[in-house]
Amino acid sequence: MNDTTSNQDKVIITENLTKKFGHFTAVDHISFEVKKGEIFGFLGANGAGKTTAMRMLCGLSIPTSGKGTVAGYDIFKQPEMVKRSIGYMSQKFSLYEDLKVWENIELFGGIYGMNDKEIAQKTDELMKTLDFENERDKLVKSLPLGFKQKLAFSVSIFHNPQVVFLDEPTGGVDPITRRKFWELIYAAAASGITVFVTTHYMDEAEYCDRVSIMVDGKIEALDSPENLKKTFNATSMDGVFQQLARKAKRVDS
Amino acid sequence: MKQLLSFIRKEFHHIFRDRTTVMILLLMPIIQIILFGFAMSQEVKNTRIVVLANNMDEVTRKLIEKIDASSYFEVAVVAHNTKDINVAFRDGKAKLAIVFEDHFADNIKHTGKANIQLIADATDPNAATSFVFYASNIITAYQKELTPVQTAGGFVQPEVKMLYNPQMVSAFNFVPGVLGMIMILICAMMTSIAIVREKEMGTMEILLVSPMKPIYTILSKIAPYFVLSVVNFTTIILLSVFVLNVPIAGSFISLVVVSLLYIFVSLALGLLISTITSSQLAAMLISGMGLMMPVMLLSGMIFPVENMPGVLRFISNFVPTRWYIDAVKTIMIKGLSIMDVTKDVGVLALMATVLIIVSMKKFKVRLE
Repeated sequence: MNDTTSNQDKVIITENLTKKFGHFTAVDHISFEVKKGEIFGFLGANGAGKTTAMRMLCGLSIPTSGKGTVAGYDIFKQPEMVKRSIGYMSQKFSLYEDLKVWENIELFGGIYGMNDKEIAQKTDELMKTLDFENERDKLVKSLPLGFKQKLAFSVSIFHNPQVVFLDEPTGGVDPITRRKFWELIYAAAASGITVFVTTHYMDEAEYCDRVSIMVDGKIEALDSPENLKKTFNATSMDGVFQQLARKAKRVDS
Repeated sequence: MKQLLSFIRKEFHHIFRDRTTVMILLLMPIIQIILFGFAMSQEVKNTRIVVLANNMDEVTRKLIEKIDASSYFEVAVVAHNTKDINVAFRDGKAKLAIVFEDHFADNIKHTGKANIQLIADATDPNAATSFVFYASNIITAYQKELTPVQTAGGFVQPEVKMLYNPQMVSAFNFVPGVLGMIMILICAMMTSIAIVREKEMGTMEILLVSPMKPIYTILSKIAPYFVLSVVNFTTIILLSVFVLNVPIAGSFISLVVVSLLYIFVSLALGLLISTITSSQLAAMLISGMGLMMPVMLLSGMIFPVENMPGVLRFISNFVPTRWYIDAVKTIMIKGLSIMDVTKDVGVLALMATVLIIVSMKKFKVRLE
């Protein structure tokens, strides 16, 4: 890794981060760094350990051993500070369906300690950028899935976190909607928010600045999509992934 | 504080946007009070009876009139032979038969002794016992009228006094029961379902990742159900005082204090259920089967705790409703104050402490 970059620019640093459940090692000594404003793809087959790794970084799960900092805060010692500095969107759609669009925004703004004025102003802006002004007063459950996912992402970065963790954010939507969703991710990254995203859509992997591929709890490859394709002599990320994933001994968990 | 307030507001939205559930929660106590108060009443009131008297003499007629005039019975069938009685019972036309022996009045006059037979439909044994008891009372009273001065010697006449509830109104018994049941149902069941729903929807994850303090999450989940319970408590008390005429004999403040303690125990119980389950269905089954049955059967609401076999009586100690009902009866019906129910209050307080400690420890701040 490039040692000339100062630690200031590294938003996520892990060293030998490990998580064991009894005798089962879900995440096995992983070490990597993510730079500010980077879109970091975190790939792996089901059961490879990517969700567990991400949960440790979010403070949802205590690592068994190793080190890790997120946004400059130690994930062991300062989980509360980590929580303040990150956004999170999970694979399950995670806004409140029986609340209106603006109520969801207000709620999460409130949870992250934003004041009413700030919330009102940012809500107006957000409704304009998303072209959501007519949906503002609608219940979330009445929106189409693509809208909901855009909204969930916008809510997860509403409090302007340093890093946003996206756990398979685009599950179940078509490639065109996925492409539109990625435009939001690019915009967020351009504004300086680091994006940490897990996915198993290989077309999405191509959109990332750098990609890590986990197999059986270990990181088997980590580089930009171009370099990975060169190294593995593949035409697409799918080819790279197939070569690595074939080595997996674990079956889907 | 802002966190907590916006979260509590959200919880109220959840509840009030689900119209059906709100209606059920608010109407349930009313329906239960009406059901228990009027339909499922154990009181003996206008029970239909059949009488058989082969000699309609003066004495017999007067006694029958007395029975018919009482609020407990009305003569539905006048039988001419024993066959008529069987028919009346079989067709459900009567629950009690009163049979006068032949020459009833003459026998009294000449031998000072006459026999009456009471036949009761004992498919419901409790009811049958009550019918016989009331009928005997009327007959005894009539007998006293006939022979005002007891003839000398050896005859023991018990004088019965029904303490605290002289009219034997069954509402006195079930109002505390309904209070206990409704509040544990709303607090424990609804709270646990509300928390588990967040787990199921995936929103719990978002909350756990956020800087929201877990205690805030819990408090805001509890708040709306606390309000609902207080509303229901008020409804039940108003209904029982003004519709069922059950007075609050003791201190109202004591009643409120005990009830708040009980609500707290129920909420803690709901919290505990939510920490050990991960689906709304499981939460509903546990609170439905695991709570409703013991609450209905072991709390003394329907069957007196004192009459239970040892094992069940032991188990009933762990049912909070048992202690609550006892306290409410003491305060509301017997007219005593909170100082007289220290044992009940102590047990409930202990339960609250244990439940809160256990569920706080179990409430997962991290997902594993």
